[in-house]
Amino acid sequence: MNIRTIKVDMLARVEGEGGLHVKIKNDRVADVKLKIFEPPRFFEGFLRGRKFTEAPDITARICGICPVAYQMSSVHAMERALGVVVDGQLRALRRLLYCGEWIESHALHVYLLHTPDFLGYPDAIQLAKVYPDVVKNGLELKKLGNDIVNLVGGREIHPINVRVGGFYKAPTPRQVRELGQRLTAARTLAQEMVRFTAGLPFPEFEQNYEFVALRHPDEYAINEGRLVSNRGLDIDIAEYEANFAEEHVQHTTALQSVIKARGAYFVGPMARYNLNFDQLDPDIRALACEVGLEPPVNNPFKSIVIRSLETLYAVEEALRIIEAYEIPVRPFVDVTPGVGVGWGCTEAPRGILYHRYTLDKDGLIVDAKIVPPTSQNQKTIEGDLWHFVEKAVDLPDDRLTWQCEQAIRNYDPCISCSVHFIKLDIERE
Amino acid sequence: MQRDHKPKLAVWKFASCDGCQLSILDCEDELLAVAGEVDIAYFPEATRAVARGPYDVSLVEGSITTEHDAERIHQIRKQSKFLVTIGACATSGGIQALRNFRDVDQLVKAVYATPGYIDTLDKSTPIADHVFVDFQLRGCPVNKYQLVEVLSAYLNGRKPNTPSYSVCVECKQRGTTCVMVAQGTPCMGPVTHAGCNALCPAYNRGCFGCFGPMETPNTAALSAWWQKLGMNAPDIVRAFRTFNAYADAFRKESEVYEHPHHQG
Repeated sequence: MNIRTIKVDMLARVEGEGGLHVKIKNDRVADVKLKIFEPPRFFEGFLRGRKFTEAPDITARICGICPVAYQMSSVHAMERALGVVVDGQLRALRRLLYCGEWIESHALHVYLLHTPDFLGYPDAIQLAKVYPDVVKNGLELKKLGNDIVNLVGGREIHPINVRVGGFYKAPTPRQVRELGQRLTAARTLAQEMVRFTAGLPFPEFEQNYEFVALRHPDEYAINEGRLVSNRGLDIDIAEYEANFAEEHVQHTTALQSVIKARGAYFVGPMARYNLNFDQLDPDIRALACEVGLEPPVNNPFKSIVIRSLETLYAVEEALRIIEAYEIPVRPFVDVTPGVGVGWGCTEAPRGILYHRYTLDKDGLIVDAKIVPPTSQNQKTIEGDLWHFVEKAVDLPDDRLTWQCEQAIRNYDPCISCSVHFIKLDIERE
Repeated sequence: MQRDHKPKLAVWKFASCDGCQLSILDCEDELLAVAGEVDIAYFPEATRAVARGPYDVSLVEGSITTEHDAERIHQIRKQSKFLVTIGACATSGGIQALRNFRDVDQLVKAVYATPGYIDTLDKSTPIADHVFVDFQLRGCPVNKYQLVEVLSAYLNGRKPNTPSYSVCVECKQRGTTCVMVAQGTPCMGPVTHAGCNALCPAYNRGCFGCFGPMETPNTAALSAWWQKLGMNAPDIVRAFRTFNAYADAFRKESEVYEHPHHQG
């Protein structure tokens, strides 16, 4: 009997803390566990008794990487609970803010966290010694994303300008248009990003996934839409909990999500891309085809190229928004507290982020539920590792360990959102 | 300062959102320069390479919430010459310290289906409750320019320049009209530590205390003023109980209004 254990105690280049344990028995995978040992922080518990107006500032603290996503899902949920619609330039400003977060987060992941795997470097600082221009372009894009979040949100991590009903203060058209020149330059950088990542070496690894994302009738969905999948799901976000369940598994502090009818599913850039490709701009679709990435894409290692295509989309969308921007008459619409239940689901950089709140007559939160993207992908990540290790079982442990880490990083897992949510550990038997 | 090797930098994480260590990567213009001045020896969010201790500078993010972490911070202290806590979690227990005012078992049951799988302490506590801390950097999140200032001060053997006066001073420096005086908007600026450059009042909103208590804050006077602006006791409790709820000055003031009968 030959037992092999591959073990990574602390997964690097992911946000938050986790590990992996893979057990191989006679060259067959016997067990895969993605461990999230991010200490629990009980956000849903202490949101009870807080005012509805506090949710965007409190839930932002779940994740320093995608605070805008938490702010957006929470304000949409509160507005739905209280019967408020935020439209026009305020809606556009929210989309601009979110584009900033997509650009920042995607550039961070593509250049600083994931590319080093493909080229065999431990980190972007070593990578920069050999590919200085690549890393410099990445940092430039990342900075632009941060500057958009800064302008609309007040600061890049935990923005202060978002409120239920809109914003505390709207930027002036002049401030907004100052971004124009840099965004135009960033288009070229993002196109280079697509061509560069498309040229990376990809392991052969096609899987069958159920992709889940928002779909909006008029635009590549970010803030609003119905939840759809490639296997027939098509629901209002209010039906999320009727269709999805969270399971509490012993080896992780994150709850694992499943579609009740079918099991594991896939959220994030690759899901959005496969489901909403038709809504990307013609030039982006053309570039995607030029680099050989017509949907459906079923190789998760190629998600790095999709993140680059989405970065390009976010740059072009931000340009459209700033060109059409006029200062709103008021920076927010009034919201009156009252009894209600509201749902919010938006496309965080890593996939759908679901919030549900029940409010009492004074606008205090009675009950809160939050399902972050990484806990939704967790089961799919374990499935990938299971299949991936089986194919790569002949590799020596150090190579195999690194490739497993890379496979996990395909999902850009953000483990600090241990609202309820890695160590790599390969055991050969 | 004469040095025979590049200082070894380590970045550690406890219970937190990752935002403060992300501030390091958010220094897009300075990142490669910083990497040239220090040897990044341990920083799992950024690199899979690991160099063994001891470390010249350890940046610690997050609060202590598990038995395991309460042990781990001692190991880190032993390996670190200069230990800096970065952000509200490490410095005051963070937002997860809201558990300190509740029954943690009830919270576990509210969030997890199988509470038996969850291993957690009753309280979320700052790093300085466990080990000696050489320098504390405030903020939720930290200000990245202050973070660069702390590193640069260390590299040059001087004290970091991070004033402990209130946000009010920053408002005056910035020329922002007082939102509390002019608009009657409740603001935590008078008792909150500077560092954000008085961001919120510049956006027409009251400060909500991301940087925690300033040096010798007069919280009682502020609460009294807030009551004149229409805030009731639960509003005051909530205002002091956010990201720095367990910092002494904020904790004590919130307790006064949580149990009004204990007053006087």
